[in-house]
Amino acid sequence: MAVINSKTVAIVGNEAVAEAMRQINPDVVAAYPITPQTDIVQAFSAIAADGLVDTELVNVESEHSAMSACIGAASSGARVMTATCSQGLGLMWELLYIASGLRLPMVMPNVNRSLSAPINIHCDHSDSMGARDSGWIQLFSENAQEAYDNIIQAVRISEHPDVYLPVMVLMDGFIISHAVDRVDLIDDEKVKNFVGERNAPFTMLDPNNPVCVGPFVHSYYFEFKRQQEEAMANALPVIKNVSDEFEKISGRTYGLFETLGMEDAEFAVIAQGSGAGTIRHQVECLRSNGIRAGMIKLRSFRPFPAEELIKALSGVKTVAVFDRSTTFAGGMGGPVFNELRSSFYEQEAKPLMVNYVYGLGGRDLSVELVKKAMEEILEMNSSGKAEQKINYLGLRE
Amino acid sequence: MITTDEITEIRWHARGGQGAVTAAKMLAEMSLVKDMFFQAFPEYGPERMGAPIQCFNRLSKHKISTYCGVNYPQIVVVVDHTLLEVVDITTGLPEDGIVLINSHENPSETRKRINLEGRKLYTIDATNISMESLGRFMPNIPMLGALLSITELLSKEEAAGYLKESFEKKFPQKVVDSNITALERAFEEVKGE
Repeated sequence: MAVINSKTVAIVGNEAVAEAMRQINPDVVAAYPITPQTDIVQAFSAIAADGLVDTELVNVESEHSAMSACIGAASSGARVMTATCSQGLGLMWELLYIASGLRLPMVMPNVNRSLSAPINIHCDHSDSMGARDSGWIQLFSENAQEAYDNIIQAVRISEHPDVYLPVMVLMDGFIISHAVDRVDLIDDEKVKNFVGERNAPFTMLDPNNPVCVGPFVHSYYFEFKRQQEEAMANALPVIKNVSDEFEKISGRTYGLFETLGMEDAEFAVIAQGSGAGTIRHQVECLRSNGIRAGMIKLRSFRPFPAEELIKALSGVKTVAVFDRSTTFAGGMGGPVFNELRSSFYEQEAKPLMVNYVYGLGGRDLSVELVKKAMEEILEMNSSGKAEQKINYLGLRE
Repeated sequence: MITTDEITEIRWHARGGQGAVTAAKMLAEMSLVKDMFFQAFPEYGPERMGAPIQCFNRLSKHKISTYCGVNYPQIVVVVDHTLLEVVDITTGLPEDGIVLINSHENPSETRKRINLEGRKLYTIDATNISMESLGRFMPNIPMLGALLSITELLSKEEAAGYLKESFEKKFPQKVVDSNITALERAFEEVKGE
């Protein structure tokens, strides 16, 4: 990775996100604080109070109101952002569908945190996974750098005319949001030029071109929903193209997912978020010992890049999917596992596929646990069978 | 000492309110001066003034991609010596690990009271240094100074220079100067065996 940026800093994930928001300079930010997202709102409030942005900051009384205000502002043609996590995302629920159904571009960092009960403030992906069918694009970030980079790219993806969908940028609560990490910042001017101006095709506040936003539509509701599917599929090439352009200003590449060793891997692990980093460390160790391990770090969960994943995994005998949430389907495993298995249904050659559900409520995914899982996967790969399809890694019972 | 290609992992033991989390963050920022890669993070939970807490650092010449807790640190820093009776500070610390304790005793005296086996032990009277230079009990800066000294991550001049630049943005000159004094004294007064 070439460091071509002017400024390398030591900041926590939340500060990195707030810094990206400052550089984007959105027209409206409406947000309500919730642990572990609070620092984003706090830092951005300070930025706004210091007059470093032109943003109208709306202090709302709940996440429901935050998303409502964002929807209103986005309908008027403004570039809007908010931030939330966990219970806050839960309280936004009905509005999430309104934002995507109205095809309103907006960017929302969601600092992944478990859902109550029991009460827990620590990381897992249950909150955003619950919103997987809400019509939002969802991009995972491994660390503070990726959260910063994803926020900037999300603006362009969201506002692309082939897409017009809201984007959630995900970052692991505490593990990334509250940890000091090394982040390369991009020059303000470069970010400003990269995101450009929002150019909304219709706005509520244009008296010469009056439009009606959000009316009762019984007769064509179905068509709207089908078009949202199309928009989500359109997002796949847009995410890649925006990533290519972003590389020119940052030197960093993204695409739909990152691969390691997939050109000759016999087995592969797939994961999202910070867990992918710890897994990469272990995959690199195995590879330096001559073991042909591979990994895929899934960045884009919505849209789900099924075809691309099948292609990337075509050479492996075994795939282990790491999920930091579960589906409560009664033993079916986590959401990424289910979607990847479903993607392979038409394929004649299917890899052996196992699921590791891990890290719920912040249970640490230690190097030792990853090692243990890798040994099991190696064993499955050589025997060609899995004793247990769904595994709970690091469970104490 | 932090010159190898490996990742150096550090665990801080302190009580809430003693500034250990800030010190760990400052260590991360200071390692940027040396163009290193780093992490600094607390043990997440309800932090109460006076209750035992832990925080962690990872430092490396190369990009770090492990984002989990530190279970096997090479260095343990004990900001409050009363914790020696409360927590097992050597958990996960290898036989050639290093322990730095805030204590008025010499390392040989402290060693008699705790079971460190062959591990290297350093002591620094950070409490006294902070009382004399800052006029209050805030042992984090002298602990950081002692840690920088034994790890040779930054020279005394580099560390003082960083602290000056960083603190001058936030604090009056008197506070900046007294913290620099505390840091420099720690560099000189840390004792090891």
